[in-house]
Amino acid sequence: MITEKYREPSISKKKKREFEVLVKNNMKRAYFSALGLLGSHDSAMDISQEAFIRAYRNFNKYDPKRKFFTWYYKILKNLCLNFIRDNKSRKEENYLEYKINVSSDNPEKEVEQRELIDLLYKTISELNVDEREILVLREFEDYSYSEISEMLNIPEGTVMSRLYYARKKLYDKMKRKLL
Amino acid sequence: MNERFIILVEKYFDNVLSAEEKNEFEHLLNSNPELKNEFEEQKKIKEVLNKMKLRNPSRDVWDSYWMGVYNKIERGLAWIAISIGALIFFGYASFEAVNAFINDTTTPPLVKVGIGILIFGVLILIFSLLREKIFTHKRDNYKEIQR
Repeated sequence: MITEKYREPSISKKKKREFEVLVKNNMKRAYFSALGLLGSHDSAMDISQEAFIRAYRNFNKYDPKRKFFTWYYKILKNLCLNFIRDNKSRKEENYLEYKINVSSDNPEKEVEQRELIDLLYKTISELNVDEREILVLREFEDYSYSEISEMLNIPEGTVMSRLYYARKKLYDKMKRKLL
Repeated sequence: MNERFIILVEKYFDNVLSAEEKNEFEHLLNSNPELKNEFEEQKKIKEVLNKMKLRNPSRDVWDSYWMGVYNKIERGLAWIAISIGALIFFGYASFEAVNAFINDTTTPPLVKVGIGILIFGVLILIFSLLREKIFTHKRDNYKEIQR
């Protein structure tokens, strides 16, 4: 007779269920944070999933008093940095879109929107990782300054000035491209 | 750049300026055209950024996301088990093979010495490669952040 122990999967059901909830609650922001840094859907999927696996393996180091995503984000960021370092010639794809799209009966406006998206995406790709990261977290992911401060382990004032200079650099670069 | 000005700009965008800070901010803008210009630039780029969002993948991606993570965790455990099993098996097989080889009276001593040197060379090579890998890891700039 097969005992209950032998019928159990490799990961206990309780642990699996707990971790499944954590993954499902955090997968979207994990994916989008990776997408902003890596600029590719496939890489963002792979790296964000790999980061969850590392988080699972190191779960004993996680302090439940802290937010899971703050802890997870450090693993994710490190994996992203390693990936960027090891794949210098990686291909990026346009990962931006308009929040509200202009209706297709206005082709001129549509072309204008597409051009602006392309310009913004290309210019953001030229920024360094720190600048890109802070822009993604604040402007696209809507994290508060204190959340970003906790995630990046830097003071809120530094978050603000890093963000300010990242936007300034983005503006200057876009302006130069438009001239 | 004035750090105070930067904080005020960020607070302005966040809509959390107090009445006092609002006055201070307006005073800064009115008294310094360079800061006013900087602020206008920040507003323009912020406007563009506010219109955009990161592209959302299809719903299927989210539906299969957890299974992707779970499958990888399970496969990782399977690979660890396979590796340990293989290590024990091949360790034992190697031990038995070396024993049989040493005790084999039909193989000429010169062949035994030759094979012995060959195995020794392979072991040095493996050791050298492992040492290089460990050395590279120690000097890895991202070593601290790999976890």
